Amino acid sequence: MEKELRLMKGNEAVAEAAIRSGADAYFGYPITPQSEVIEYLMAQEPHKRTGMVVLQAESEVAAINMIYGAAACGKMAMTSSSSPGISLKQEGISYIAGAELPCLIMNCVRGGPGLGTIQPAQSDYFQSTKGGGHGDYRLVVLAPASVQEMYDFVEIGFDLAFKYRNPVMILADGIIGQMMEKVEIGPQKVRRTMEEVIKQCPWGTTGKPTTRERNIITSLDLVASRQEAFNLKLVKKYDEIKEKEVKYELINCDDAEYIIVAYGSSARLSMKAMDLLRAKGIKTGIVRPITLFPFPSKVLFDLADRVKGFLTVEMSTGQMVEDVRLAVQFKKPVEHYGRVGGVIPSPEEIVNALEQKIIGG
Amino acid sequence: MAEITIKDIIKEENLVYKKSKVLTNNTMSYCPGCGHGTAHRLIAEVIEEMDIQSETVGVCPVGCSVLMYNFLDLDMQQAAHGRAPALATAIKRLMPEKFVFTYQGDGDLAAIGTAETIHACNRGENITIIFVNNGIYGMTGGQMAPTTLKGMPASTCPYGRDIEMMGNPLKMTELVSHLAGTYYVTRQSVHSPANVRKAKKAIRQAFENQKLKRGVSFVEIVSNCNSGWKLPPVKANEWMVENMFPFYPLGDIKVDGQLVTK
Ligand SMILES: Cc1ncc(C[n+]2csc(CCOP(=O)(O)OP(=O)(O)O)c2C)c(N)n1
Ligand code: SF4
Repeated sequence: MEKELRLMKGNEAVAEAAIRSGADAYFGYPITPQSEVIEYLMAQEPHKRTGMVVLQAESEVAAINMIYGAAACGKMAMTSSSSPGISLKQEGISYIAGAELPCLIMNCVRGGPGLGTIQPAQSDYFQSTKGGGHGDYRLVVLAPASVQEMYDFVEIGFDLAFKYRNPVMILADGIIGQMMEKVEIGPQKVRRTMEEVIKQCPWGTTGKPTTRERNIITSLDLVASRQEAFNLKLVKKYDEIKEKEVKYELINCDDAEYIIVAYGSSARLSMKAMDLLRAKGIKTGIVRPITLFPFPSKVLFDLADRVKGFLTVEMSTGQMVEDVRLAVQFKKPVEHYGRVGGVIPSPEEIVNALEQKIIGG
Repeated sequence: MAEITIKDIIKEENLVYKKSKVLTNNTMSYCPGCGHGTAHRLIAEVIEEMDIQSETVGVCPVGCSVLMYNFLDLDMQQAAHGRAPALATAIKRLMPEKFVFTYQGDGDLAAIGTAETIHACNRGENITIIFVNNGIYGMTGGQMAPTTLKGMPASTCPYGRDIEMMGNPLKMTELVSHLAGTYYVTRQSVHSPANVRKAKKAIRQAFENQKLKRGVSFVEIVSNCNSGWKLPPVKANEWMVENMFPFYPLGDIKVDGQLVTK
């Protein structure tokens, strides 16, 4: 079959991927720099293309709770927002994790705290990977570094969400969301019929027939011992995810003496920095985490035995660096370089940071 | 003489009333005399009589009725505080052939969930909203609600609701009746047999309306909270008649999409 190629913004790619993956619903609320997702969906009229429901909610709070309602019926539902809106969704995300429901959330991160800026940032790493809302839970977090990955991670994200009955987040940023690149588009998947939904999700609240007990979707258990047992069950699930779903990319790590650890846009910027460093004879490689939860700790732990040091590059004041330090366990120096508030680090700055903080340090 | 057993007394032909099969056998967790139990029973009976148990999805709130899913033999979702109408919106839009209802207290529906309530009503979602207004936060121990009457004491207004300091009680039901997306808006109570019958009729109407796809059917049930009001059940009902009904008058407010003129 002829490949279908298109030039698209990252946000548009997410929206098209949602339709093509056979999603049942999208609920969202406008916020820069991700409003293109719902604008694209509304323009596409997916209710005509596939029967997919798209609704602009009255707030991010309402949108995430619509996701809860849809997911609790076994439906494939997705929302997207940017940092302040994602903060508003946290209670709902916690409930979704607590009720073990599958769903997909895209965060096109902008600088904060507060209203911050509409420029790109990676300052929501802690919020995304450590829980975000209340209670002991984790999201599966995917970090796209291209528009193609924005597209591809929608289907991958939905698959993981249903496999583990857990919310999955695509952690993008304003650069990935706004930039245009060539994207290979997959074929249109047919949306599941109601019978298929019930077969895949027998736990869904689709109306209680006489042939089964009623289905209850809740995150409440007032008996402490049972709630504890549930928390431990979640831990088991997260452990399985850590064991099976870690994804990362190694770039020029074979002969590397220095490693840059960077995800998303920062990984793209670090590619150029790596070339500049190699031109100077400094053998540099990149570890690009693709899943931020589960974090690729093992590969970093192993690399620490044969490289001289690590520099994390993030558009934050230093968040992922903590996970890299935990992974490396003080075997080698780990330093952070970042620009924040919507400022994007230049490859030259990254070169300087590595030379000064790691080689010189 | 042979002993008369219960089976001799309760013969099929003598049976005038029995527990709805949509109610489970679980013991309800409500305080004795609380209106929540009666409201649950009416919903169960309506669903049984309409024969829609397998086509109904309910959403329970955060409040005393948070465990409603233990008492109704239905597929149910438990919502975050105030968000039930958002869940119901999605459920109904994704399964338009199902009957979808929310059951919410006044703190849930008229305070923290005001936005979700107004917007679901304004969009005209084809759902049924059952709103139990007891003028207080029952579950958390009797704090002031948006519906707490002027001068009425609660644990966060121990000297009575001071309008200047705490604002006015909110008539959410009148408010939503003015939104184009509501089709049926009514206020009922369940404190006497006559009122129970009327309330049941209203709930039935509110479920039947979903077949018409004309928007939200909204049933307020003015109810008591013996524990929060610190009154024994009978006294609580008397207090409700004397104080709640004048401010929250019973009766239909909007029927067939038209405001009722009095
Ligand atoms: C976000 C959030 N805020 C506060 C609470 C605590 N809370 C639980 S129930 C409730 C009030 C319930 O009152 P109402 O809706 O009137 O129902 P009732 O218990 O009277 O039936 C509150 C404030 C909560 N669970 N979640
Ligand atoms: S606290 Fe009030 S509302 Fe709650 S069960 Fe008791 S009487 Fe009913």
